[in-house]
This record gives sequence, structure tokens and C-alpha cells, in this order.
Amino acid sequence: MKLRVLFVCALLLAGCAQPGGTGESGVTLRGTGDMGVVVERAAGRVMLIETTGRTVLGRVDGLGDLSHASVVYSRDGRYAYVFGRDGGLSKVDLLTARLDKRIVQSGNAIGGAISQDGRLIVAANYTPGGIRIFDARTLEPLSEVASTYGDGSRRAKVVGIADAPGNRFVFSLFEAGEIWVVDASDPRAPRVTKLAGIGKQPYDGLITPNGRHYIAGLYGEDGLALVDLWHLEKGARKILTGYGRGEAPLPVYKMPHLRGWAVAGRLAFLPAIGRHEVLVVDTETWREAGRVKVHGQPVFVVAQPGGRQVWVNFAFPHNGVVQVIDVPSLAVVKQLQPGRAVLHLEFTPRGEQVWISSRDDNVVVVYDTARFAERVRIPAERPSGIFLTARALMTGF
Amino acid sequence: MLRTCLIAATGLVLALSAQAAAPQGARRAALVELVRQDCGSCHGLTLKGGLGPPLLPEALAERDVTLLESVILDGRPGTAMPPWRPFLSEDEARWIAEQLKRGWPE
Repeated sequence: MKLRVLFVCALLLAGCAQPGGTGESGVTLRGTGDMGVVVERAAGRVMLIETTGRTVLGRVDGLGDLSHASVVYSRDGRYAYVFGRDGGLSKVDLLTARLDKRIVQSGNAIGGAISQDGRLIVAANYTPGGIRIFDARTLEPLSEVASTYGDGSRRAKVVGIADAPGNRFVFSLFEAGEIWVVDASDPRAPRVTKLAGIGKQPYDGLITPNGRHYIAGLYGEDGLALVDLWHLEKGARKILTGYGRGEAPLPVYKMPHLRGWAVAGRLAFLPAIGRHEVLVVDTETWREAGRVKVHGQPVFVVAQPGGRQVWVNFAFPHNGVVQVIDVPSLAVVKQLQPGRAVLHLEFTPRGEQVWISSRDDNVVVVYDTARFAERVRIPAERPSGIFLTARALMTGF
Repeated sequence: MLRTCLIAATGLVLALSAQAAAPQGARRAALVELVRQDCGSCHGLTLKGGLGPPLLPEALAERDVTLLESVILDGRPGTAMPPWRPFLSEDEARWIAEQLKRGWPE
């Protein structure tokens, strides 16, 4: 036992991620609650950061093709699971700043999720279309659900995967226009409930913070699909239908992302497709509660924890700007220019800071959300997604 | 021998003149980056496909350059492919189509 403790201490010492205090045994101890990763996508690497001193703690490389990478966390906040475009699934240890495990699980992946109980990791794939379920500890494959549709000869691209209560996973099938709910209570024999005819070309999805409602954005029509996971038997229904008011849509140079805290109080803020607007929906009635004209095609529409502000970034060619919507007045109250090609933004858990990545200026910019003041600029190579460990504790992340 | 060379040279000149005028310097670098990063949003940074189809040479082998040029400039109605005409000249779109068929430069 004593030997094992020493071994762990040695491991921790060997790592380079210990800015915290010194424990009794001389080993540096720290929690991961203020940590996170920034994807350096062209380098196939993540940067480990902490938001208290706003510093870089280390880097972990060898993660493959990280274009469109996303991250979920183990429930103890120690491990980051990084899903790469090339189908790579990497388990990164934040404490030792090391790659713990890595597999290549498909040819072309879009993201993933972790189960409610933290035991399962699910990867969502474009090629071959479907999801694969893994043991979160070992990354051992447990089962697979193929996204076959129509006459059964084709597999759809899986988009908008989210975890839901009951060890379930919800996702959409782009070509098929379906939403599937997979119950992975028995992870070797998952049960699938299919909701067909939910709308044309669902491109992404989100689950509300309480884990009850799943919303898929539709590229092929004006509207979104809504599923009440408490009442699956009622199927999906469309909300905000005809939000384009019959006008010809503007070109979309990057698909919006729905996953994120877009729910502020009883209002949900959603990107319109082909309109330079953020749509506001009342989550009690699921009717439109307003819309906000913004700088371009919204990509990420993220509510500040607490719900007072909603921050928005934009698709090419408007991607050098971030706008802040004041929730009570539904007005844009601030416009910031953190750098060229802003790809992502992430709030600290209590919302006092926001971290923003600028791909083309190779920088992550940290703002104070109360005064919109720039706190620090951290150099990073082509940064994209920013993922803080607070996600470990939230449904849908 | 000389005659063979001349014919070959003439053929080469003809082949070259059918190609789009290649963009130079900073503009070329910007286009290389635009395709990688911004087309890459849907087609993948490595262009092997995402929500949009792959743009690798083997995937485009059967596609005509003129057709590719028109898809780049005017998009494909009914799909998520938008028109890039506001950001590219016709020559640039043609050059992009040709380069994609050969393998996109780093």
C-alpha cells in the first residue's frame, strides 16, 4: 500500500501540471475544478490551462486530427476525453499532463458524450455512421448502434449527440431527418427508440440543462425539432416554424453549434440558419419570445452562467467579432474584437471570465464579463475549442 | 527528335494556357488557408469530408473542373454548399478546382 502511494506521488511529480500547494509528503496537490483544455487543432495537441491565475500548465500532444475536436470530462474532473475528426478518442490525464489512453474508433467522427453515471463514453460518427459505446475507464468497446435508415442500405451522419438522464444518449441523423434515443442501461445491448420525420437535415442538437428537452436545429427548413424526454411517446414536434418569414436565406459559411449553455432563465437563445439573428424561445411554452439582430450568421450562442448575458460568435466572413446580448432587454450591448477567426468561447463556472479563441491570431483572450475588460492574452497555436472541467458536472456536456 | 520536342512543347503550352492564371504571393497563401480552414469547416481540415463530402483527389477524379468551379462560385441549391462568388474571382475558383483535383497544397 505504502509502495503504491509512493508510486502515485512519483507519477504526480513526473507530471508538469502542479502549480498548487505542497502536500505533507512534499507532493504538489491540486484539484482540477479550475482547469480546462484548449484545443490547438492544427498541432493535434491540447493546452492545459487554469482559470485562477489564468496560466498554461502544460501541453499534451499526439492526439491526431483535431479539426472539429470536442471534449467531455470524467465525473471526477481528472480526465479529458478528446474526440478528434479522424475518429481518435484520447483520454488525457489533467493531473499528470499525460495521454492515458488513445484509440482510433472510426474513420470520421463528430463528437461524443459521457453517460450520466460516468461509466460510458459514446462517440458519434460520420463514417461509418452511428455511435459506438466504450468503457470510460479502459476505452474497451462495448457496443455499436449503426445509423441505418430508409431501406437499410445507407447510414446517416450522426450529429448533435447529448447525454440524457437514465444513461441515455440522444442524437440526430442528418440525411434521415430522425432523432434517436439510445438507452444504454445495458451498455452491451443498447435499446433504441427512433423518432422519424422530425424535419429536414438536422445539423446539431442540444439538451436543456435539466436534461428534459432535446432540440435539433434544422438546416433544411425554418424551424427546430423538440423532444420531451419525459414523454417520448409523444414524439418530436416543431418549434419556431417559419422563422425565416418566407425570405430567401442568406448563405451559411459555417454551421452553427447548438451545444452549450444557450438557456438563460426560462429563455433559450438559438442561432437562426441563413439569417443574421438569434432566436429567443420561451421554454415554458416553446413559442418565440423575440429575436435579436446580430452581426452575422451566429455559430455559438452561449449564456453566461447566471443568465444575465448571452455571448455570440459568427461564421466567416464575420468571424472577427463577438457580440454580447443583454438578456432582460434583448439588446446587443457590447461588441468585441478579440482577434481574427474567433472559433469558440467558454465561461468559467460562475461566469466572471470568458475565454475566447482566435484561430488566425494564434491567441486565447480572457475577458472580465462584468467590465468587458481584457484580462490576459495567451499565445496558442491555432486554438479552437475551449473546455473547462466544470462540464464534468453538467448534463449535456 | 527536334520535331518530337517541338510537338511536346506546343502541347505543354496549350495545356498550360487552358489552366487558370495561378494566384501569386500573399493571395495564393490566403486562398490555401481559406480552403483548408473555411471550406474545412464542413469538408474537414484534411478535406476528407465532414458534413460536406470529401474534396480529396480520388473523390473528385470523375468531376469536371468547370463543374467544380461553378459549384465553388454559386453553391449547390438544396444542399449546405454556399456560393463563394463574393470572395473569389472566376480564375481563383478555377485554380482552386484544379488544385483540389491534384491534392490541396499545404
